Amino acid sequence: MKAVDIASDVRAGRVKARDVLEQHLSVIAERETDVHAFNLVMHDAARASADAVDAQVAAGEDPGPLAGVPIALKDNMCTRRVPTTCSSRILEGWRPPYDATVVTRLYEAGAVVVGKTNLDEFAMGSSTENSAFGATRNPLDLKRVPGGSSGGSAAAVAAGFAPLALGSDTGGSIRQPAALCGVVGMKPTYGTVSRYGLVAFASSLDQIGPFATDVRDAATLLDTIWGHDAYDSTSIPSGYPSLLGDLDGGVRGLRVGIVEELTDVEGIDAEVRAAVQRAADALVAAGATVDRVSVPSTMYGLDAYYLIAPAEASSNLARYDGVRYGMRGAGDDITTMNANTRNDGFGPEVKRRIMLGTYALSAGYYDAYYGQAQRVRTLIVRDFARAYEQFDVLLSPTSPTIAFEFGAKTTDPLSMYLSDVCTIPTNLAGHCAISVPYGVDSVHGMPIGVQVLGRELADALIFRVARALETSAS
Amino acid sequence: MTNSPARLTRADVEHVAKLARLALSEAEIDEFTEQLAGILEHAASVNALDTADVPPTSHPVPLFNVLRADVVRPSADRDEVLANAPESRDDRFVVPRILGEAP
Repeated sequence: MKAVDIASDVRAGRVKARDVLEQHLSVIAERETDVHAFNLVMHDAARASADAVDAQVAAGEDPGPLAGVPIALKDNMCTRRVPTTCSSRILEGWRPPYDATVVTRLYEAGAVVVGKTNLDEFAMGSSTENSAFGATRNPLDLKRVPGGSSGGSAAAVAAGFAPLALGSDTGGSIRQPAALCGVVGMKPTYGTVSRYGLVAFASSLDQIGPFATDVRDAATLLDTIWGHDAYDSTSIPSGYPSLLGDLDGGVRGLRVGIVEELTDVEGIDAEVRAAVQRAADALVAAGATVDRVSVPSTMYGLDAYYLIAPAEASSNLARYDGVRYGMRGAGDDITTMNANTRNDGFGPEVKRRIMLGTYALSAGYYDAYYGQAQRVRTLIVRDFARAYEQFDVLLSPTSPTIAFEFGAKTTDPLSMYLSDVCTIPTNLAGHCAISVPYGVDSVHGMPIGVQVLGRELADALIFRVARALETSAS
Repeated sequence: MTNSPARLTRADVEHVAKLARLALSEAEIDEFTEQLAGILEHAASVNALDTADVPPTSHPVPLFNVLRADVVRPSADRDEVLANAPESRDDRFVVPRILGEAP
């Protein structure tokens, strides 16, 4: 069921929101034990929301553009009085005293929040294996990961638990799981979706974005949640394009550039590369021009990211100290208590990144590591700007590989980090990008995602290109 | 062009763990020394780039000093906030001793 159709039927009174919800809860009951997409299924709250939507329709009121649409939320978004864990022991049982702005906007649009989805702890990871509450399994092959860190949200949509989900993307955490699970996942331009109520990982990189089964649904979801928010001082005040106005406008005359450094490199599966080429061919057939383009500094994106993101994370995660909320560890004095709280409460990947970040920022090393990475970030922004002088949008793989098997990349942290090589540059530049399913691999039948990249505030344009690709793939 | 810093040592890891308030076990210190040294060596490839006249980017959006009017507005509900506290008393968070000897 498409979200757009559900909303239209519910608003017109043709279908009850409660019936739509119950259908989805049945699917969840059937498969959730296998998939483990959720940390929490909000049966009672969802039923109350759905009933409220039906009551509004019965009273002649319009519940909003997402009327009665079930939606799953990554468990790093604050839902007032409802446990929000970030899949970490340190926040087990914590009930936020406020709703994230995106959550408030979803309620106002008539959406029905069906549950909180699993993630890599504090959004740090690319497989959802780093969750303190057990991994999520790829619904298309339970032996494989769904990707991460928004693995639960991607899996929920892929398994039919909800037509829509929200995730967060700091280095690819929406786009990569979308590619691995065969759904649409998009990271909006930095600053367009409020981070108020999104538990912070890396504040200059984090952005909330939509998961859906098709491009129109994803664009509709983003349209509902984005826009200036006074509660987020990094929120862009104006200049938002219309996302739905020209979705089927096509790609005639558009200049598309395949990013060499992200596509023609070792480590990208041959079939993934072939999918990008097929996508390029389809765009040419639809009237676009395609060429290869070099964006040289993107080669250093991974390394800059693994200095910048952990540095910001080490600062953001300093608040988990056992004082005001969350887990408290043993200790007769404050320092011991802090250290035990954090050591017992955080998993190994989170500790690793806090250590990395603290070191990169510490006296004597700040300039060589963090300072240098920030300068490389400027080079990446400049190289992209140069590319966008000649091209309207860019193309690349989303993930270098199809979904890998559990345990395949957990022994060497670096091999896991390489999963994000194609997605990271967009976060560093603050730009937008979307992953569209484009075929499956010939050996395992697992989905391949192709990434369309756009400059800041080109969100409507990349949705348009994604829609053209989606049409060509069917 | 900056020189790459020296390889990460066990002593560095112990020091950073203290800064980050992480009570790592001996085994964790060993494991992290190896893993972090490897990651940092890889990440230090950024030192190969010539960035002599390049300003750092800390943030992708050119927004500065985003302020609001200095007007009192409703804030968080105190009881709801304190309900999450591991330990609280009289509207305050209770913590283990911070300074000096135990009372």
